[in-house]
Amino acid sequence: MTPGEPLIRWEWVAGHTDELTMRIGEHLELTAIAVLVGLVIAFALAFLAVRLPPLYPPITWTAGILYTIPSLALFALLVPYTGLSLLTAEIGLVSYTLLILIRNIVGGIRSVPSEVRDAALGMGYTPRQILLRIELPLALGVIFAGIRVATITTIGLVTVTALIGQGGLGYLILIGIQQFFSTPLILGASLSVGLAIVVDGVLVLLQRALTPWSRVA
Amino acid sequence: MAERAGATVELREVTKRYGDTVAVDRLSFTVPAGRICVLVGPSGCGKTTSLRMVNRLIEPTSGEILIDGQNVLAEDPTQLRRRIGYVIQQTGLFPHQTVADNIATVPRLLDWPKERIQARVDELMKLIGLDPERMRRRYPAQLSGGERQRVGVARAMAAEPPLMLMDEPFAAVDPIVRERLQNEFLRLHRSIGMTVIFVTHDIDEAIKLGDRVAVMRLGHLVQYAPPGELLAHPADAFVAQFVGSDRGLKRLSLLTVGGVELEQVDRARLDSAPVLSPAMSLRDALAVMLSSEAQEGAVMDGDRYLGALTLPRIGRMLRVDEPS
Repeated sequence: MTPGEPLIRWEWVAGHTDELTMRIGEHLELTAIAVLVGLVIAFALAFLAVRLPPLYPPITWTAGILYTIPSLALFALLVPYTGLSLLTAEIGLVSYTLLILIRNIVGGIRSVPSEVRDAALGMGYTPRQILLRIELPLALGVIFAGIRVATITTIGLVTVTALIGQGGLGYLILIGIQQFFSTPLILGASLSVGLAIVVDGVLVLLQRALTPWSRVA
Repeated sequence: MAERAGATVELREVTKRYGDTVAVDRLSFTVPAGRICVLVGPSGCGKTTSLRMVNRLIEPTSGEILIDGQNVLAEDPTQLRRRIGYVIQQTGLFPHQTVADNIATVPRLLDWPKERIQARVDELMKLIGLDPERMRRRYPAQLSGGERQRVGVARAMAAEPPLMLMDEPFAAVDPIVRERLQNEFLRLHRSIGMTVIFVTHDIDEAIKLGDRVAVMRLGHLVQYAPPGELLAHPADAFVAQFVGSDRGLKRLSLLTVGGVELEQVDRARLDSAPVLSPAMSLRDALAVMLSSEAQEGAVMDGDRYLGALTLPRIGRMLRVDEPS
């Protein structure tokens, strides 16, 4: 950085509130799309793995491989096919959510006590009703733990998608680096951290509201 | 207030094989409507497998199971299970549902109207001694072991099933609570009159609860008889050993003072003798007489003197067959 330059120029911040709000909005949108699409895919694969247990190892193995590819490399590899697009960004972001989400959905369902399942079956629940009314609600605690980790990870990763022109708080970091200007860089980084903390808090509250039974006794 | 008579259940040559292992071998018996049949035996004897074949949680390899003459194997298993109450040892209560929601399980599956479900839940909670106002919204984790078992029983009875299957329902609670639950269950059964098939490994529980006791061993039915007969005439050495060397004493708890022949002696002679009531079990009468060092007791029905019960008379009732 330029010598004598303060870490944060507050007058720049005051003059850019609209842009900051917009970047936060973009960041949230990119994160929300990634986690929601990730959840849909993860639920489908997890249900498949619960129904057909031999499929579970190959599914987690594949998700694990995706998880280990460095994000920069993955975006670089995708750009020739899908361009500098939202699709490119989301393919990468969704890939990174799958492993943790699938593992927690399957683990949560498998952690339901066998006598609870036995009682449900013995009273005349169909297998589908057992999944939707018994196993899924009881797995919610573990599933939410997965959603929280996936969401925080994604909020961090979204800063990288600025490189392929998708905005978000990463854009501020990027211009900070390009212009040797610390104010947007620090703002982008700290807002991203703050966003992660706030969103995590919201998820905790949501989980509490959805699983009232876990707060008793 | 008998809501509905129980169903007659008949097992005909029911067999379950796992590969080369025979878990249950040509099991046949009939449970008359409204009676409690207890399946008892050491672990691995096939009692739980037999129970679970009745509601088709396990499919028999061969044989027939008839409920009121209808073969359960011809029915849709899900529909069948909704007509049969099911209680298990660990209760299997749904941890994410309140007491009221747990009890409402089968009525909801059967699409009862809301008001009817709510009324039924309240009725059942009162029946099992839980205050609906206070307990309705609690979760299973907020209940004691005994309360959980009661809710498990109430849940199984919710849709007024003519048959209930109970797999060691009272085994996980302490002895004092267990005895209370057993007594409550007998009271419930007397007022409702459903048929019950009950699995236990505890012979005392079998004798206390069963109208009929089926003793099983290695997948076979060894003896099927009312408890008194089981104690007095065990079919073989295994049954004799299983019911215990104190089976004569156990039998005394099934007999009442009013049910035996009394000696007609002068009331004045029994002045210092303990007073017994006809409803007392012979076992309790024996305890009273032994503890007051009396040879005889005066049996009184209220103010009316009925006769004397003597120690030798009780001794004769203790006598049971020795199997060859």
